[in-house]
Amino acid sequence: MRVAVLKGGRSLERGVSLRSGARVEDALERLGHEVLAIDVGSDLVKRLLSDRPDVAFVAMHGVGGEDGTAQELLEILGIPFTGPGAAACARCMDKSQAKHSMREAGVPTPDWFAFNQAAFRELGAADALAQLERGLGFPLVVKPSRGGSSLGIKFASAPTEVPGALVSAFSYDDRVVLERFVDGRELAVSVLGDEALPVVEALPAEGDRYDFEARYEIGRTRFVCPAELSVEAERSVVEAALATYRALGCTGFARVDLILGAEDPWVLEANAIPGLTDTSLLPQAAEAAGLSFEDLVERIVELASPVGTH
Amino acid sequence: MRKPNLPSARVSIRHTCGMSEVPQPPQRRRAHTNTRDLERYAGLFAERTKVMRSSAMRDLMAITARPEVISLAGGLPDTSTFPPQSFAAQMTRIAQESAADALQYGPTEGFEETKDCILEVMAAEGMLPDPDDVIVTTGGQQAIDLVTKTLVDPGDVVICEAPTYPGAVPVFCSYEAEVIQVACDGDGMKIDELEGLLDRLRSEGRRPKFIYSVPTFQNPAGVTMSFERRARLVELARLHELLVVEDSPYGLLRFGGEALPPLYQLDGGDFVIYLGTFSKILSPGIRLGWAVAPPPVMEKIVLGKQAADLCSSTLTQYFVREYFAEGRWRQYIEDLVEIYRRRRDTMLAALEEHFPAEATWTEPDGGLFIWATLPDYIDTSDLLAKALRADVAFVPGQAAYIDGRGGSSMRLNFSGVDEDEIREGIRRIGKTIADQVDLYDALIGRPGIPGREAEDMAAGSRSNPPRSISDSSAADSTVVPFRKAGEGPG
Repeated sequence: MRVAVLKGGRSLERGVSLRSGARVEDALERLGHEVLAIDVGSDLVKRLLSDRPDVAFVAMHGVGGEDGTAQELLEILGIPFTGPGAAACARCMDKSQAKHSMREAGVPTPDWFAFNQAAFRELGAADALAQLERGLGFPLVVKPSRGGSSLGIKFASAPTEVPGALVSAFSYDDRVVLERFVDGRELAVSVLGDEALPVVEALPAEGDRYDFEARYEIGRTRFVCPAELSVEAERSVVEAALATYRALGCTGFARVDLILGAEDPWVLEANAIPGLTDTSLLPQAAEAAGLSFEDLVERIVELASPVGTH
Repeated sequence: MRKPNLPSARVSIRHTCGMSEVPQPPQRRRAHTNTRDLERYAGLFAERTKVMRSSAMRDLMAITARPEVISLAGGLPDTSTFPPQSFAAQMTRIAQESAADALQYGPTEGFEETKDCILEVMAAEGMLPDPDDVIVTTGGQQAIDLVTKTLVDPGDVVICEAPTYPGAVPVFCSYEAEVIQVACDGDGMKIDELEGLLDRLRSEGRRPKFIYSVPTFQNPAGVTMSFERRARLVELARLHELLVVEDSPYGLLRFGGEALPPLYQLDGGDFVIYLGTFSKILSPGIRLGWAVAPPPVMEKIVLGKQAADLCSSTLTQYFVREYFAEGRWRQYIEDLVEIYRRRRDTMLAALEEHFPAEATWTEPDGGLFIWATLPDYIDTSDLLAKALRADVAFVPGQAAYIDGRGGSSMRLNFSGVDEDEIREGIRRIGKTIADQVDLYDALIGRPGIPGREAEDMAAGSRSNPPRSISDSSAADSTVVPFRKAGEGPG
């Protein structure tokens, strides 16, 4: 098959995307496919029209590729593509929207409030912060609503730290989410097709937060897959992840990030195009299930929906 | 598990960025590592690699390379004015007269003729070392590496400025040094704080292996160590028999004011190791620098150099020799200085116009960089993400500290961009900062607008007034800039 790999682009996660893309290209070639590597730019549509790939493998992360933008284009052009469709991507990308969908479906997710900048600049939302803080308690997690790879995520331990954390988060997105902090184990459940892969646990080597640097440096985070969980805990975690996947309308593959608190799992977010780099979680989970990276890529391509079925 | 099928012969179309489709021969490509491989290699890595941290900024910085981004984040000197005809003539002469020699290995310490050029450059700043004390290196960067390799055992203390040249810290870390930074102000490293640190170390039974300083037009802060502090530092070095490594790439790039004597000159060469480079006065691409050290130290450095790369590029050294023989090397520097001075002035004027009143910045008399400091609720790493959306880039201050300080500062380069780009770049950054400041004001309640009621909550009153620059405490030890925004000239 002729497979176009869409990668790069202009989001802040461009570097990660290029690495994901390169790895996918390798695998596709080993599988015997004809590969079109496209670092997406303003000529994307022209190239797709002239090169007519049989399927597009979307390896873009962040805004533009993971939020439904590219997916809409591919649907218009009639090119089958991997991963969730445009609507599901849009729901996953915006954490607040995703959490609303989760709530509606009865999936446990920590309490939160979401704001855009206008709320603060024009409606005096700052005056509501005290009540918000009372509702959510401390520490608070402040994060851009649409952002990946832990960029812009800050923890506020006291009211004085909230404005600075908000300013930071607003650097990445016009909308931010303030969320109740849940302490617990950091887990990721990757879903392939409609089945959950083995659960991955992320244990940062130093510090107590899983930050952007730790995620992409070999040796700074220890991954355990499958995570050591009781049968009960694993069942509840996988159930929550699958329910999230369905509630958001995902197809193909995705990754759901959760915190396993003392009693229950809490879903933080779903990633429509999870990373596929050497240190990414989905490939590790696939390996634990006996799938090589080539197997994983092949399966993802097989699951690419025909046009109009997203 | 399925084994991947390796193709026997296959055509693949790669990277169709406007190139015509040419069938490529089948490429043997390594499948990317899986977790097992990661663990296998991770288990083999030397200890010294584990402290080497790749910067989270690297991914963000990759975006600064986009053509539409005005990058004030570089450290590039301007090489566009090097006369191509001279370059061609020099290389032609070398090819015609000395091809075999120019293509051959050279001596580890470098050619005598290269040292002659180095001595000319150092003499221009009032230094006259013994040529035997000089070694030619592959760039100033290698000089830092060789000195560290010669002197530092794992756990040894290396003292440097805060902020410091970001490229030096990975070198120190690769030899597992313990790096301790001493704050700077408008006059460079605070020597009284250095003395306090030395006392503290002495009470712990420790001494630093060396003190690394960029005393003139420092990268990144742009500040220059005052005469009094230079004298005091040299005195301290002699008193305690400590080595000082003076890294001086920018000494001749002076726009105005009086040149200050290098530490090496004040010391005479017993306790100061001098590092120089042709990168900023001739060309960074030729990869040629040097180190000057007392003979016993130089002996070890030479051994280290031999082990590293046998010798620096002969071809490059022939080029430098030819270039100096023409006798116009000083003129080239003067021409560069003219260009940089104009660009510095343009940047200062643009900062005045576009940066908010709360911002401050250095006014260097030379070099390539200005260091700006913003109110401390602004994190310049996050600001960079926002600035990139406005297609402009700078280096966040955190890159120049090892301990997370510098979060509200930024390094701005004026040598690598033209004046229009400088003006527009600063305008864009200024707008981005103004947005942040407005937002912060909205978040804490502007003065005059009723603030939020004081709540009986966890410690930490939220009725703090907006922080002003005067609240930046000494504990933060950011560079106190030479001049505040809003003050009149001079």
